[in-house]
Amino acid sequence: MTGTLKPPFNSTDHFQGPAKAAIELVEFGDYQCPHCGLAYFVVKKIQKHFGQKLKFVFRNFPLSEAHEFAFQAAVASEAAARQKRFWEMHDILFEHQSALSMHAILGYAKDLGLDGIQFEKDLKDDSIASKVESDFENGIRSGVNGTPTFYINGHRYQGNYDFDPLAVALEAPPL
Amino acid sequence: MLGKGDQAPDFELYTSPDKKLSLREFKGKNIIIAFYPADWSPVCGDQISLYNEMLKYFKNHNAELLGISVDGKWCHAAYVKDRNLHFPLLSDFEPKGLVAKQYGVYNEQEGQCDRALFVVNVNGIIEWSYLSPRSVNPGADGILAALEGLDSKNKQ
Repeated sequence: MTGTLKPPFNSTDHFQGPAKAAIELVEFGDYQCPHCGLAYFVVKKIQKHFGQKLKFVFRNFPLSEAHEFAFQAAVASEAAARQKRFWEMHDILFEHQSALSMHAILGYAKDLGLDGIQFEKDLKDDSIASKVESDFENGIRSGVNGTPTFYINGHRYQGNYDFDPLAVALEAPPL
Repeated sequence: MLGKGDQAPDFELYTSPDKKLSLREFKGKNIIIAFYPADWSPVCGDQISLYNEMLKYFKNHNAELLGISVDGKWCHAAYVKDRNLHFPLLSDFEPKGLVAKQYGVYNEQEGQCDRALFVVNVNGIIEWSYLSPRSVNPGADGILAALEGLDSKNKQ
C-alpha cells in the first residue's frame, strides 16, 4: 500500500555494483520461492545490461511456513557473508532451489571453500537469525506482499519481473 | 463499510466442523479481521500465506488474526491443513455473508466477501479499516501501522 522502501539502502545491505549508482534495484526474495528462482536469471540479465549504472541489493523475505528450507537458506547466505562470500552463496542457492536441505547447504559451503567450522557456528548464531527476521519485518513495513518484490530507487515496482518491463522501468527510474 | 470509531459487530461462526468462535471471546486483545473472497484462489493464497508468516509479529502487539470468507467449514478445514495455517478461518456461511454485510464488505454480485481489513481494539472498537481492490493483495504494512498506533496510545 505505501510502497516505499524502509529503511533505505544502508550499510547492513548486500549489494552488487557501485554504491552510488544512479539506479538502485532492491529485491525482497525467498531462496525456495520458484518465482524468485525465475527472477534470479532475469536480474542477472538486467545487471549485465545496465552494467555500472546499476546497484542491485538483495534482502531476505523467507516465507518459512510455505517453504520449509527458506529460512535456513537465508541464514546460510548471511553466514557466508561473514566470510565475504554472500553473493556466491546467493547464486548457488538460487541455482539449486530444489536442494536446500542442511546437508546440501553444508556441501555448498564446502564447494565455496568456506571455513566449515566457522560457517556451522554462524548458522546457529542468533544475531544472524535476527538479521533475517529484521529483513522480513522491514519488508512488511515497505509493503512487500509476496516474493519477489522489487523497489527501484526506493519506490515499489508494480510490474511483473520479465526482462522487458523491468528494464523499461529501470531506464526511467523515479528520482 | 464500517470505519474508525465504529463498534465492531459481534459474531459467532464455525472455525472447524465442530467448533465456533465469537469476537467477544477475544476481549482484551486487539483483533485483526481479514475478510477475503475465497479459499484456494491465488491472490488470497498469497495474502493468507503472508499473514500466516506474520503471526508472531501480530502477537508482539497483543493481536490475534481471524480470516473470514463465505467458504464452508469443511472447505476451511482442508485449506488450513493444506497451507499449514496457524490462525482460524471462519465460515460466514449461514446465513451467507451476514457478518460481511454487517461490516459493509459483502459483494452481492460475486456472492463473496470483499477483500477488507479491520483492526479492532481491546474494547471492541474499530481502530482502522481498509478495502483493497479484489485482485490486489494488500500486504500487512497498514495493519502493523495501526497496531503500532494502538501501542503508543496505550503507553500514554
